[in-house]
Amino acid sequence: ISDALSERDKVKFTVHTKSSLPNFKQNEFSVVRQHEEFIWLHDSFVENEDYAGYIIPPAPPRPDFDASREKLQKLGEGEGSMTKEEFTKMKQELEAEYLAIFKKTVAMHEVFLCRVAAHPILRKDLNFHVFLEYNQDLSVRGKNKKEKLEDFFKNMVKSADGVIVSGVKDVDDFFEHERTFLVEYHNRVKDASAKSDKMTRSHKNVADDYNRIGSSLYALGTQDSTDICKFFLKVSELFDKTRKIEARVSADEDLKLSDLLKYYLRESQAAKDLLYRRSRSLVDYENANKALDKARAKNKDVLQAETTQQICCQKFEKISESAKQELIDFKTRRVAAFRKNLVELAELELKHAKVILQNLNTCLFLKPHLIISL
Amino acid sequence: MLDDDREDLFAEATEEVSLDSPERDPILSPEPTPAITPVTPTTLVAPRMESKSVTAPVIFDRSREEIEEEANGDLFDIEINVSDPEKVGDGMNAYMAYRVTTKTSLSMFHKNEFSVKRRFSDFLGLHSKLATKYMHIGYIVPPAPEKSIVGMTKVKVGKEDSSSTEFVEKRRAALERYLQRTVKHPTLLQDPDLRQFLESSELPRAVNTQALSGAGILRMVNKAADAVNKMTIKMNESDAWFEEKQQQFENLDQQLRKLHASVEALVCHRKELSANIAAFAKSAAMLGNSEDHTALSRALSQLAEVEEKIDQLHQEQAFADFYVFAELLGDYIRLIAAVKGVFDHRMKCWQKWQDAQVTLQKKREAEAKLQLANKPDKLQQAKDEIKEWETKVQQGEKDFEQISKTIRKEVGRFEKERVKDFKTVIIEYLESLVQTQQQLIKYWEAFLPEAKAIA
Repeated sequence: ISDALSERDKVKFTVHTKSSLPNFKQNEFSVVRQHEEFIWLHDSFVENEDYAGYIIPPAPPRPDFDASREKLQKLGEGEGSMTKEEFTKMKQELEAEYLAIFKKTVAMHEVFLCRVAAHPILRKDLNFHVFLEYNQDLSVRGKNKKEKLEDFFKNMVKSADGVIVSGVKDVDDFFEHERTFLVEYHNRVKDASAKSDKMTRSHKNVADDYNRIGSSLYALGTQDSTDICKFFLKVSELFDKTRKIEARVSADEDLKLSDLLKYYLRESQAAKDLLYRRSRSLVDYENANKALDKARAKNKDVLQAETTQQICCQKFEKISESAKQELIDFKTRRVAAFRKNLVELAELELKHAKVILQNLNTCLFLKPHLIISL
Repeated sequence: MLDDDREDLFAEATEEVSLDSPERDPILSPEPTPAITPVTPTTLVAPRMESKSVTAPVIFDRSREEIEEEANGDLFDIEINVSDPEKVGDGMNAYMAYRVTTKTSLSMFHKNEFSVKRRFSDFLGLHSKLATKYMHIGYIVPPAPEKSIVGMTKVKVGKEDSSSTEFVEKRRAALERYLQRTVKHPTLLQDPDLRQFLESSELPRAVNTQALSGAGILRMVNKAADAVNKMTIKMNESDAWFEEKQQQFENLDQQLRKLHASVEALVCHRKELSANIAAFAKSAAMLGNSEDHTALSRALSQLAEVEEKIDQLHQEQAFADFYVFAELLGDYIRLIAAVKGVFDHRMKCWQKWQDAQVTLQKKREAEAKLQLANKPDKLQQAKDEIKEWETKVQQGEKDFEQISKTIRKEVGRFEKERVKDFKTVIIEYLESLVQTQQQLIKYWEAFLPEAKAIA
C-alpha cells in the first residue's frame, strides 16, 4: 500500500501491486480501496467452502480516529486557557499521535494483503485478483442492519456449535494437542495484549507529565530573577527532550509488543476457526456415517447417504491435510514474528534509554558551571 | 565511566568551597572571638554591614576548620537526624516517638553528640514558640509539617499496611527537613527554646498544639481576624522593593503550586506504570509457559523477568520523584506562606505606627482644646498622655524600620537558600533518573541476546 488518504469518515488506500504472475494483465498497477472492501475480501474468503482448510488471514481492524479526533476538538476548545507554547506543544503531540495511528492502520491493511498474496492457494483466488485489478469502485456496500443482525445470529450459532463440537475428542493426536494449545494460547495472548496496552498507556501518561513539568519549569525560569533561571530553563529543556523520547518509547513498545500480541490474538482466533471447521466437518462425517448405517439398516436412500458420506469424508480429509500444514506454518510464522519484534523492541528500548541517559548527562555536566556562576 | 564523572562533579564542588575560604579569612581575622560564642541579634547586625555576602555561615566557617569537613563541604557544622519512629502506647492515646540526633561542635551546646526522643506535638510546640517570638519582628520561621488527623489515626489504630508506613516515613523526612532548615537560620539557632528542644531529655508537653484545644480554637479565630484585617488595611507602600518582592512571591507561589501538582501527577502515573508493568510481566510469563517452542518460551519468560525488574525500578524512581522533588516543592510552598505572613506582620506594624500617630494627633487636639478651656489639672494629664503617645509613635516608627530591615535581610537569605536548595534537589533528582536509565540499559542489554537466540 503505497499511499493512503484520509477523508473525513473514510480512509482510502492506494494499493500498488507489482507482480510477475501470468494471471495478471499487467505487471504493475494500482487501485484505490476502502476499508469496507478489505472486509468484503476477507469475508468472501471465509464464506468460501473451498478454503475451509486454510487459516484465513484475519481482517485488519477498522481505522479508528475517533479518539484522536476528540482530543483535537478538546484542544481547540481549551485553546484560550493555555499559554501559547503549551498549545503548540500539545498540538504537535496530537498530530504526531494521529500520524502514528494512521501509519499503523495502513501497515495492518498491508500485512493482510501480503499474507493473502503469500499464501499459495489464496493468492489464486479470483476475488483477490478483482480486488487488486478492478479499476473502479467495487461498489461494496457495507452490511446494512439486517445483514449485521444475521451475522450476529450466525456468530451466536457458531459459538454454541463450537462448544458442542469441542467436546468431541479428536482421532488425531496432533490435532488434539494443537487444539488444547491453541485455546490456552489464545486466552493468554488476549490477556497479555490487554496488559501490554495498559502498560503503553501508562507510559504515555508519564511522558505527558514530563511535558507539563517541563513547561512549569520553563515558566519558573522565565519569571525568576536570579541565576537559577538559566538552570531552570536548561532543566525544562531536558524534560522536554526526555518527554519526546519517552513518548517515542511508549509508541515503540506499543508498535512492537502490543501490536504483535494483538495480531497474534487475531491469528490464533483464525487458527481456532480452522480447527473448528475441521471438527465440524469431522462431526458431519461421523453423522454421515451414522446416517449411512441407518440407511443401510433400513435399506432406504442408501445411494444418497453413501454420496453424502463420501463427500463428507473427502472434505474432512482435505481439511485435515491442509490444516496440518497450515498449523505448522502458523507456528513457524509466529516464532519468526515474535523473534523479530522482540529483538527490535529490545534494540529500540536500548537506543532510547541511551539517548535519555546522554541528555541527562549533558545536563548534569553543565551544573558545575552553574554552581560557579552563583 | 559515569562514576568518575560524578566524582568529578563533587571534586569541583569541594574545590569551589575551599576557593572561597581564603578570601573570607582576612575578614575574620580582626574579630576572632565573637565568631564562636553565642551572639545576640544586635551583635549580628554589626558584621553584617561590613561584608556583602552572607556572613552568618562565615561565623561557622571558622569552627569548621577545627573539625573534620563534612563530605560535601557543608557550611554548617550542626547536623540533625530524625530517625527510629517508634509507636508508644496503644489505641487513641498512642503516638509516634522520633529520635532526634544532633552532631555538632558549636560550643553553646553541652555535648558534641546527643539524642532525645520527641513526638510530633513537640515539634509543633517548638514551631509555635519560635513563631510567636520571631515572626512579628520579621524573621522567616520555617513552618512545621502539617497535622494529619487521618494519617495519624490510622497509625494509632495499628494498621500495619504500607500506607501507614509510608505516612510515618513521609512525616519523619519532613520533620528532619524542618529541623535542618530551622538550625540553618543563624538567629533561630541561638534561641534557648531550640536548644532545649534539641538537648533536654524531658520536654513539657505542648498541649496548645492540639487541634481542638482552647489554644487551637483561639488560633483559628486569630487567623480569621487577620484575614479580615488584611483586606481592610490599605498600606501606602513607600518602598518599591517590598511591593516588587511581594509580587514576586505571589508569582513564585503560583508557579510552585503548578509544578508541585505536575510532579505529584508524575508520581501517581509512575506508580500506575509500575503496577501495569508487573501485571504484564505475569501475563508474559504465562504466555511463555504455554508456548511450546522452547527458545521462544524461554525468551518470553526472560521478557517477563526483565519487565518485572523494570517495574521495581520504576517503583524506586517513583519514590525518588516523591521524596526528593515533590516534598521539596511542598516545603517551599509552605515556606512562601510563612514569608507572606512576615510581610503581613510588617503591614500590621505599620498599621500600629499609623494608629499611634493618629492617636497622638487626637491627644494633641484634645490638649489644645483643654488649653483654650483652661483646665489646669486635666491639662497636665493631657500633656503626659501626649508624651506617652509621642514615645509610642517613635517606637512604632523604629519598629517599622527594624522590621523592614530584617525582612530585607531575611528575604535575601531566603532567596539564596532557595536557589541552593532547588539546585541540590534537582541535581539529586536528575542523578536518580540517570541511575534508572543506566539500569534500564543493563536490563535490555541482557535481554537482547536472548531474543536473538530464538531459532
